[in-house]
Amino acid sequence: MFEAALIVALIIMSVSVFLCFIRVVIGPSVSDRVVALDLIGIHLIGIVGMLMILHESLYYVEVVLVLGILAFIGTIALSKFIEGGVVIDRDHR
Amino acid sequence: MIEIIVSLFILLGALFMLLGSVAIIRLPDTYTRVNAATKASTLGVIGTMVAVFLYFLFAKDILSGKILLTIIFVFMTAPISGLMIARSAFHNGVPFWDKNKHNDLKVHLEKKQKVNQNS
Repeated sequence: MFEAALIVALIIMSVSVFLCFIRVVIGPSVSDRVVALDLIGIHLIGIVGMLMILHESLYYVEVVLVLGILAFIGTIALSKFIEGGVVIDRDHR
Repeated sequence: MIEIIVSLFILLGALFMLLGSVAIIRLPDTYTRVNAATKASTLGVIGTMVAVFLYFLFAKDILSGKILLTIIFVFMTAPISGLMIARSAFHNGVPFWDKNKHNDLKVHLEKKQKVNQNS
């Protein structure tokens, strides 16, 4: 019963990642694609959390942390890039 | 008993993630999509990681601080990334939805530009 709930949650999360991937492909502007990629990164955290319960091991905790940090840094860098500025600036427009 | 609570949290988190993804397909505008992505999906991932933390605490007797650190990190950084994407989209000239009526940032930027010209 418990494993059934885990597998149902994994299927729901996979469908969510697929919907985000559709937005990545058809997005009309670059910002839509960046939003969808950020969302894929956040959903991957949930998927790895499910894998932690399924495999009953704590070794994936570092994976979760690094995924969170990479999603955040990548989103900040891409949004500064499409704005056309430097990554760390002092005078914000 | 603990497995029922954990599965409740897991299914709640997964449903909120699905809600965020459906919103990112269905909503008409970049800015509304940013709103959906930074609220619904953050709540979903927080629910899922709370479930993982409770499972390892009560079923395995392991208190993992890194999972709590992940929850706090996602909770703090998702609004910041949403703000950055929305700001860069505005400066890049991404169009609004055609039923939009109110634009506070444009008014503020014009006022600031006027002050800079006068000084």
